[in-house]
Amino acid sequence: MHALSLRVGAISYRVGSAWPGPIAALRHLYAGYPAPEAGFAEVTARIDPPRPWRRWIRPQVAIGGDHSLPDTVPMALRHGLLAAEMAMNMQVALGERRHLLLHAAAVERGGKVLILPGESGSGKSTLAALLGESGWRLMSDEFVMIDPADGTAQPFPRAISLKNGAIAEMETHIADPARFGPHLSQTPKGDLRHLRPNAEAIARMDEPATPALILFPSFGFEPASDGISRSELFARLTEGSTNYVALGQAGFETMIRLAETIPAARFAYPDSATGIAIVEQFCAEVGI
Amino acid sequence: MKDARPLAVALTDPRSVLRLSADGWTNLLAIARAERLDGSLAYRLADLPLPEAISRTLEDARAQAAFGRTQALWEVEMARRALAPAGIAPILLKGSAFAFAGLPAGVGRLVGDLDILVPRDRLDDTEAALLDAGFEWVKTSDYDQGYYRRWMHELPPLVHAERGSMIDVHHTILPLTAKRTPDAAALIADSIEAGPGLRILSPADMIVHAATHLLADGDLAGGLRNLWDIDRLLRIFATSSDFWKKLGARAQLHDMREPVALALRLTDHVFATPVEPWLAGHKRKRDAMFIRRLLARDGWGRPIRPITRLGFYVRSHAMRMPPLMLARHLWTKARGI
Repeated sequence: MHALSLRVGAISYRVGSAWPGPIAALRHLYAGYPAPEAGFAEVTARIDPPRPWRRWIRPQVAIGGDHSLPDTVPMALRHGLLAAEMAMNMQVALGERRHLLLHAAAVERGGKVLILPGESGSGKSTLAALLGESGWRLMSDEFVMIDPADGTAQPFPRAISLKNGAIAEMETHIADPARFGPHLSQTPKGDLRHLRPNAEAIARMDEPATPALILFPSFGFEPASDGISRSELFARLTEGSTNYVALGQAGFETMIRLAETIPAARFAYPDSATGIAIVEQFCAEVGI
Repeated sequence: MKDARPLAVALTDPRSVLRLSADGWTNLLAIARAERLDGSLAYRLADLPLPEAISRTLEDARAQAAFGRTQALWEVEMARRALAPAGIAPILLKGSAFAFAGLPAGVGRLVGDLDILVPRDRLDDTEAALLDAGFEWVKTSDYDQGYYRRWMHELPPLVHAERGSMIDVHHTILPLTAKRTPDAAALIADSIEAGPGLRILSPADMIVHAATHLLADGDLAGGLRNLWDIDRLLRIFATSSDFWKKLGARAQLHDMREPVALALRLTDHVFATPVEPWLAGHKRKRDAMFIRRLLARDGWGRPIRPITRLGFYVRSHAMRMPPLMLARHLWTKARGI
């Protein structure tokens, strides 16, 4: 087993792979991340051949670890880095019990957090990546972790997964090619390239901040924005949380607190520049 | 050979974990999660002076187990409410029974579906009451429905339409097609009231059932967890002076002497459980195969020993039904009917 141990915020990983390639790619992508506290990795993620011969013959990777889902479709070995990333995500999605998970990206400025929930394709990753390069601190790309004790958001600055058009866009914004992973073409999620968050995001991965605004982006439409009711906010955040039920009463109370106290809206935007302008306008209104 | 031994050692002798390295801890937790024993392990290691990060992880596992227990007990209550009007007091089996009765085997244990045992002549009433209470069939094909009803020891699984919880309604503890035939009426006759409208098996029958579940049914998937149940149960039941005599008699009655003896030898070997020698019998050569299978997991939580696993998989089907019937069953399943 080829292995890498690293810590991202509250999560200490041991990632294993039957092949050296994905681990080498991961090591490059996560350069500068700390090792687990006292060397103890709490969570195991791994990628294995789904059948023994698939290690060598038309190699395939299956996603696994401490927590796994039945019937996940194996991927081609050339997408091994993506598989490893998905295995790491799965451990958090299914295993995390200390924080309430929101399926969202998040950025912070002046101690206040902007949460961008949304499905794949909504543009949340691209917006968060762009904001993270222009005066904001990137906190999360995929999972926002809310501490049930005080409602703060704990950073989880994993690599950002850029898809399709967002790849070229970010390549023009970021001069350092070492922050990018390899081009992965024709993955099950389309063309994909990972981006390491900047040094500030990594250095401040243990610094929580207070949620102040929730915006639901929709990419690819004429500019528009609209309020969102408390009940809808609760329903949509709950829908996107993989551990809301498992946290029981603590999950409910944390979610209710978010839905009742954090201003929220939705907006549509045709391109990144417009999207960021809308975001900044909302932020000005709530004083971020 | 790297296998699941570290988990067995940690469960048996909690203080031994104080010598583990950081990697040793990561391995132990990966094995425990893969065997679904992380909750049991976390309770077993509670109160030891452990590094902060490890204590936190174990605390999470305990919180998770406590939540699972609350849900399991709620399902028990739901079943009780559904069946009480029909005058049926279900016998809780396995995890739900341990949790409800407060037995040490239930501490931190994962409780899966709710398993209950009812008299065979109350099966139709039970089914009707549960359907009425909002449960519905998971498998609706005529073949599956017919197959379960004709050959199995349980109704086809039911799932609650709103809660999504599953209930398995048993009328005995082995498929009707299996070679051995436990005495279901005796299980029921000897059962104990555990609360209003709810029953559990007698201690000896509980061990017989656990041994049946571990060794006479299935391919030993989750075997370590089932064996840990047996260890926890035996350690408390054996404090009663005539327990071993009763266990011998019940094992005989249920046609389960060999599986019970083997279970005793295995738990003695893996968890150092004190067992009655005359009941456990002498070590046999094939015991080693069972131990190899029970511990077939590496420090990454991956299944290992594929040949051993396959052997037990084949064995499970061979025990379950005669070869010709198995062939017909698999053929029908393969055609997707």
